[in-house]
Amino acid sequence: MTQSVVVQVGQCGNQVGCRFWDLALREHAHVNKRGLYDEALSSFFRNVDLRKSDGGDCCVGGRIQHLKARAVLIDMEEGVVNGILQGPLREVFDSTQLLTDVSGSGNNWAVGHLTYGSAYREAIVNKLRKAAEHCDCLQCFFLIHSMGGGTGSGLGTRVLSLLEEEFPDVCRIVTAMYPSAEDDVITSPYNSVLAMRELTEHADCVLPVENQSLVDIVNKISVMSHGAKPGSVLRKDSTVTSGQGSLSPTEKPFDAMNNIVANLLLNITSSARFEGSLNMDLNEIAMNLVPFPRLHYLVPSLTPLYTLADVNIPTRRLDQMFSDAFSKDHQLIRADPKRSLYLACALMVRGNVQVSDLRRNIERLRPSLPFVSWNQEGWKTGLCSVPPVGHSHSLLALANNTCVKPTFMELRDRFTKLYRKKAHLHHYLDVDGMEQSIFSESLSSLSELIDEYHQLDATKARLIPDAPRLSIAR
Amino acid sequence: MSVVTVQLGQCGNQVGQELFDVISSDAQDGQRKTYSSVSRERFFRQTSQGDFEARAVLVDMEPKVINHSMNRAAKSGRWRYAEASHFSQKQGSGNNWANGFRVLGPRHRDAVEELVRREVEHCDVLAGFIPMMSVAGGTGSGVGTFVTQCLRDVYPSSFVLNHLTWPYGTGEVIVQNYNSVLTLAHLYQLSDALLVHENDAVHRICSQQLNLKQISFGDLNRVIAHQLAGVLQPALTPDSCGAYSGNPLGELVSALACHPEYKLLSACSIPQMASASIAFSTFSWPALLKHLRQMLIANTKMEEGIDWQVRPPPASAGRTSSLTAGGFNASLANLLILRGKDVYSAETGGFEDPAIYTSWLPPAEALSLWKSPVPFDKYEKSATLVSNSQALLRPLDDMVRKAWNMFASRAYIHQYVKFGISEEDFLDSFTSLEQVISSYAQLQC
Repeated sequence: MTQSVVVQVGQCGNQVGCRFWDLALREHAHVNKRGLYDEALSSFFRNVDLRKSDGGDCCVGGRIQHLKARAVLIDMEEGVVNGILQGPLREVFDSTQLLTDVSGSGNNWAVGHLTYGSAYREAIVNKLRKAAEHCDCLQCFFLIHSMGGGTGSGLGTRVLSLLEEEFPDVCRIVTAMYPSAEDDVITSPYNSVLAMRELTEHADCVLPVENQSLVDIVNKISVMSHGAKPGSVLRKDSTVTSGQGSLSPTEKPFDAMNNIVANLLLNITSSARFEGSLNMDLNEIAMNLVPFPRLHYLVPSLTPLYTLADVNIPTRRLDQMFSDAFSKDHQLIRADPKRSLYLACALMVRGNVQVSDLRRNIERLRPSLPFVSWNQEGWKTGLCSVPPVGHSHSLLALANNTCVKPTFMELRDRFTKLYRKKAHLHHYLDVDGMEQSIFSESLSSLSELIDEYHQLDATKARLIPDAPRLSIAR
Repeated sequence: MSVVTVQLGQCGNQVGQELFDVISSDAQDGQRKTYSSVSRERFFRQTSQGDFEARAVLVDMEPKVINHSMNRAAKSGRWRYAEASHFSQKQGSGNNWANGFRVLGPRHRDAVEELVRREVEHCDVLAGFIPMMSVAGGTGSGVGTFVTQCLRDVYPSSFVLNHLTWPYGTGEVIVQNYNSVLTLAHLYQLSDALLVHENDAVHRICSQQLNLKQISFGDLNRVIAHQLAGVLQPALTPDSCGAYSGNPLGELVSALACHPEYKLLSACSIPQMASASIAFSTFSWPALLKHLRQMLIANTKMEEGIDWQVRPPPASAGRTSSLTAGGFNASLANLLILRGKDVYSAETGGFEDPAIYTSWLPPAEALSLWKSPVPFDKYEKSATLVSNSQALLRPLDDMVRKAWNMFASRAYIHQYVKFGISEEDFLDSFTSLEQVISSYAQLQC
């Protein structure tokens, strides 16, 4: 069994990360009734015997002593991390996994990336190495950060390139939270575009999540649960949006949104944690979904987003789940994949779902989904037998789809608006090592990326003939 | 004589476990002592405690599937895998053929060869190897190809029959056509013959013949195992002089793979039905064989919905060489295996018809017949046909076409280059498979 390490950077990264740990603990507690430290647990948790002087790890198969998250928490201010240390999750982290400063990055990518990135380089690498040493087969780093703030976007992407330097063979999957257009951070377009270049160059896969989509989804769910028709009562123990039953006693404002992202991580790692009839390893994600190295932005969608109390309509419900995964309302960025072009698509299913259910639904949905000419059958599937808590089944779809293009173009427009007026530029150029060329290079990197998607989009309307085959002398 | 099976990757380890399960339950009836003991000697060895252990080596790059297969075997109570017969690592090949073939295979060569050597040493006489794998993933296809190459190196004079599972046309692994092309092109140089099961065809059998509603991989694998066991269980062959054949792989290869350009074998079985229906059905040899013959020439893998319109083209009419010649499936060679009651009275003339074979091989040599009076796997009468024919031409052509279209855009190539497989390696593989396609297409000329 392999292990993964979660690296959460900045306020947003740490909040999402903590929801993930909370839900992961709950999921394992639900499945693991005997209190044994099994392989499934070992993928994201260490089992530590505090009585041993070296605080050493216990082997798989023994009783659970103290679970420690395989995580590194980084923030350049103390608030969020201190909050975690005083909260119910304090037991799963220890001080060696934390790195904080007091003054924050002032919403400035350059401060996070260059100033803190250089000052804390050694310390960060040491913590990453320590986390890696605790694993006996490290497969993947999950990096979580926002794109808008200074610490998340700046230091987060610096951590990404450190990971590439130090652990070139370990897969790097970034969950990046994109700011809304009405973001209260004025410099967020700068931060996002500067960070995008790093993500394009150094990540194996990026899962973009837009704040606005999360807001929309949460609003829709609260409408559903209040104005519900009789018989469609929402279940209380669903993990997706509710924190009930978890360790936190009260819901904080962003918890519902962060829960959705945490569920994304929970589902993407489920196949690595639990058994299934069709395993989908983490290293298979990039292999199957990334046809060209830079085009590694995978649009996630999650279904079901809520559970209705009545669970007695199996097949229709199941098929509805598959349909929902492709609807605009379930995407975690504001985009409509059906109207754009699929390069590849993965379906990660959990629960009691058979290969025939998968096939039936792929056949059913295929005609309505445009795929690139050379990948008409670009489906990758995984079946994991353990469903999320409170659900009978769930589906995570990851789409490599040109529908990310509008999001990126909108970001570029907002960047250009500021950049044309050189607004706030001096805050960045004052930072040691920051030059204006970094701005222009990041902008052209983003433009090239948009252009690559654009060229693929252009093939959509045309009928592409088969490539002429090699001819053989008879 | 004994056969050593090498189970590779998720698919190979699941199908292998089902195969041994069918064989062990088929061989346990005390009434047919000779049949049982030949079958057991072929696939199992008896420990000093009297338990039966499969003559198998289990290889995977991750532990979950192997553990699962070993537990299921142990639970059967009839047989198990030997404690030290498996090799697994912690992290899979990530669907990347290049990773399996260039990196993981070579890295673990010694360990795997050692397991195989120990298994071979347990055999009084070695009949050959059956590496079982899928062609779609990374471990089965990549490591499997590498291990087949090792077997060739170390045991140059032994028979190697690869059992390959071809993926569904859609939906398992996106790079499956690349992995398949690389696997098939390499194995064509290494193996004596490639026995292929297509998931799509097996899935249809499950849904239409067995009437299963929800089909799992276990269901597919049981159908494959049933057909494979129908081929591999003991039978009386023309060369075996009234006893069960001692050289199953050698005789299979010499019956079917008479030309190095033609190595693709497909199998079909009759009858196949839900076990609840067996008791209410009667079988007669003429009906079974008539259906089986039509399944062969119309190239369907099941009785349900056979196209009875398909006829061999008359010998006088010039045969056309194309992929679409009226649905008629021309054979190079066939092996017909009959098992059960009154097997010696079965009339097999329909399979000796020259019209169903290529013109350049006399029908007497093109058809081989194996028989066994012992009923097989619950069926009072059953027939299995292994065919070296155009049956796989279309799926192979589809596979190469899709891979070639992808290759024309150079999509995903960087993932292979990373592990040392270059564009030229791809081109070589494409070239050799185009040659195979062309050879099979010309069978009808």
